[in-house]
Amino acid sequence: MLSIVAAVIARDLRLAMRRQADIVSALFFFIIVVSLFPLGVGPEPDLLRKLAPGVLWVAALLATMLSLPRLFADDLRDGTLEQLALAPHPLGLVVLGKVIAHWLVSGLPLAVLAPILGLQFDLSAEGLLVLTGSILLGTPALSGIGGIGAALTLGLRGGGVLLSLLVLPLYIPVLIFGAGAVDAAVTGLGGQAHLSLLAALTCAALGFAPWAAAAALKIALE
Amino acid sequence: MHWNSFADFLAMGGYAGYVWGSFGVTALIMVAEPFLVARSRRNTLALLKRQLRAESRNASGNSSE
Amino acid sequence: MNDRFNLYRFAAPATFYPLAGTLVPYFAAVSAVFGIAGLWLGLFVAPTDFQQGEGYRIIFIHVPASWMSMFIYLVMAFWAAIGLAFNTRLSGMMAQALAPTGALMAFLSLWTGALWGKPMWGAWWVWDARLTSELILLFLYIGYLALVAAIDDPRRADKAGGLLLLVGVVNVPIIYFSVKWWNTLHQGASVSLTKSPTMASTMLWGMLLMALCFWMYSIAVALMRVRTIMLERERQTDWVKALLAAGEK
Repeated sequence: MLSIVAAVIARDLRLAMRRQADIVSALFFFIIVVSLFPLGVGPEPDLLRKLAPGVLWVAALLATMLSLPRLFADDLRDGTLEQLALAPHPLGLVVLGKVIAHWLVSGLPLAVLAPILGLQFDLSAEGLLVLTGSILLGTPALSGIGGIGAALTLGLRGGGVLLSLLVLPLYIPVLIFGAGAVDAAVTGLGGQAHLSLLAALTCAALGFAPWAAAAALKIALE
Repeated sequence: MHWNSFADFLAMGGYAGYVWGSFGVTALIMVAEPFLVARSRRNTLALLKRQLRAESRNASGNSSE
Repeated sequence: MNDRFNLYRFAAPATFYPLAGTLVPYFAAVSAVFGIAGLWLGLFVAPTDFQQGEGYRIIFIHVPASWMSMFIYLVMAFWAAIGLAFNTRLSGMMAQALAPTGALMAFLSLWTGALWGKPMWGAWWVWDARLTSELILLFLYIGYLALVAAIDDPRRADKAGGLLLLVGVVNVPIIYFSVKWWNTLHQGASVSLTKSPTMASTMLWGMLLMALCFWMYSIAVALMRVRTIMLERERQTDWVKALLAAGEK
């Protein structure tokens, strides 16, 4: 069971490494969007410090959305997806592998970049720590839930925007607990409660989302 | 009866805009929605009838050759 | 087995079409009766609220619309589950027929919420937990409508939309809980739009009657809409062709 997931992760990572430009553009998108907010609301440090958790988290959501359409589209195009669906192993495991691979090239880099960008907003050391932790904990859920959206909208016109419409409402709890954790840490209340809930969401998402996405893939491939 | 006069009823204690803005939009929706659905059904029927006639004309046209 | 009336006949569009057509006027009439009774209680009998004056009467629309928007979503999810489990065509059609009405109810809830909030709390929008959840519910409706509109194949649209509804219905409690959490942490005083320690019984009855009115209305409109959907989807079948030949209006 584990070997299937590992094999899918290895394959997807190898393919992603051949298209590094896609990964890097999403990260630059993250950087640019985060920089837009101070330009929009003014450079006053107190305001920016207050906005930082929300801004960084929303930008992370949007950056994740950018890379989601590619989750299944490339495999659909070259026929691999149909082969994977016909193969004897459970499609849910295959999707889990793809979601993990997606997180490794999308969520993980965001978690690395986030504290650096957090410095632009003058977040305290505690805030930066919790920010990194929350993005590390929350982005797997984003990849998982996003996989459902990517599977449902496979091959449809209006793809990326439609995908965002479907998935962003479902991202709201992750956003609330993620940004809330940083906020709580910065105001001295401690982010543990939020982070625990975030961890619970991620576990639930990784446990259930791949199977929902697999069902959606079967519907799309019929 | 709660109101002293029709004018009082319309005025809604000063909240007329808000109250009638709410009830008004509700009434608008509950009239417009069924109307639009009924119209859509009539249009669909008309379209399907036209298609049926076109198909039967094609069929009879082909069979006469 | 003819001694038992077989309800499953009506799962076939050919039999359900005429049944739906017969039922619509009855549901419309019942809705009108409940509406008149509810409006009578709400606009003429219910007393003035001590704190909110006459402006509170908006709850006779706001609360029923909120209830219906949530209830319709649940019913849609129910039909989605049936459709995915038993592969029935009519379930998918019912879910699609209900969606626009549900979305309108959600919109109405938000609209009346704003009109209620402005005189009461001074702002057209407050990030109260319930209003925010209602907004997210509207987003869920729009997502569903957008998805089924984007898929050309009706069966794929039914199934994909159905799966989205099931995912959505599971997420609604999570979303509501997280929004409540968010709201209580960010706002000291809880700005609740329906917080009233005791509600006069006429007010409660007024809300219930209006809710029943909206419920019967929704059923009537959904039955109307599903007939159009059936005609479009089943256009190649004999029963539709027979209907058209018989001069269906």
